[in-house]
Amino acid sequence: MDRDDVVSWQRRTHDVDAFDSLHPSDTEEAHVLAVDDSLVDRKVIERLLRISSFRVTTVESGSRALQFLGLDEDKSSGHFDESSALREIPVVIMSSEKVLARIDRCLEEGAEEFIVKPVKLSDVKRLKAYMRRDSRESNKSETGNRANANRKLREEEEEEEDNNYDESDLSASSPSPPACSVSSSPPSTSSSCSSFPSSAAALAAMDERRL
Amino acid sequence: MDVAQLKRQLFEYTTLLFHEGFLDEQFTQLQQLQDENNPDFVVEVVSLFFDDSERLLNELAKALDQQNTDFKKVDAHVHQLKGSSSSIGAQRVQRVCITFRNYCQDKNVEGCLKCLQQVKHEYSLVKNKLETLFTLEKQILAAGGSAPM
Repeated sequence: MDRDDVVSWQRRTHDVDAFDSLHPSDTEEAHVLAVDDSLVDRKVIERLLRISSFRVTTVESGSRALQFLGLDEDKSSGHFDESSALREIPVVIMSSEKVLARIDRCLEEGAEEFIVKPVKLSDVKRLKAYMRRDSRESNKSETGNRANANRKLREEEEEEEDNNYDESDLSASSPSPPACSVSSSPPSTSSSCSSFPSSAAALAAMDERRL
Repeated sequence: MDVAQLKRQLFEYTTLLFHEGFLDEQFTQLQQLQDENNPDFVVEVVSLFFDDSERLLNELAKALDQQNTDFKKVDAHVHQLKGSSSSIGAQRVQRVCITFRNYCQDKNVEGCLKCLQQVKHEYSLVKNKLETLFTLEKQILAAGGSAPM
């Protein structure tokens, strides 16, 4: 690894543990798309993510999120590109609701993890460690391009008002089953969930209307 | 008052607010997100909370004033208020919202109206206290002290 890589990595991920091994993919800042209908929460999550060295885009609804990703139905012919790298975007759910059945369902539907609101810095740090470990593992089995692509981690919030978020939008925006879309993710979603103590104890859920 | 005295006053005031349950650890979390690059972060978030809450309280008053109460709508507003109060650490407001939602689920108008009064009361208390806290901080900065948080 040449010195430039090391310098840029250090500049961008200054809060990383010194013992972390350096890796080319770590020179990219991950881009997070945060979706939340609450302005207060958007402001907080944006700050939490920025302070953790993520690039952040915040949007206020699922339909805006799809627009941002270029997945809105108006533009497409109604067919979503099955091979799109966007399918690989990990989705993390944030919610204040704590219903076991819902969290299970979200995991089954493909969510990587849950964060119970209010979101804390420790939650974001945990996600970051998870992503770093994950991207390192995926680099071992994937060839160059994927490692260098900006990976977007989407955090979605349940919305209270019905927007035009119908079934087809949902299936396009979340990774399809099996749950983990990222190739070399931790063994299974249930064990990855239990390896994060606070999310195991604190449960989140998506609004039933949305699932 | 000199800076040291002002700082002590701020510390005691803040401690009291936590002790009385007006604020919880989420507020501390917000303070930790503030730094010299984002020196007004807490004030900004709290201001958004004030605006948002006032809007929601108005909506709630309107919704509960209707002949046929749309409890789903009322619940949606309370849920939002619960969420934002939780996000800034306004614990007492959040707690009233929990009770409020139960009354919504039971479709109990009287219970809801009672909670609306309660949540308005708690909101105005915490607003007042946060404004006092911010004023103390400004005084410290004006007196030449460094950023208190």
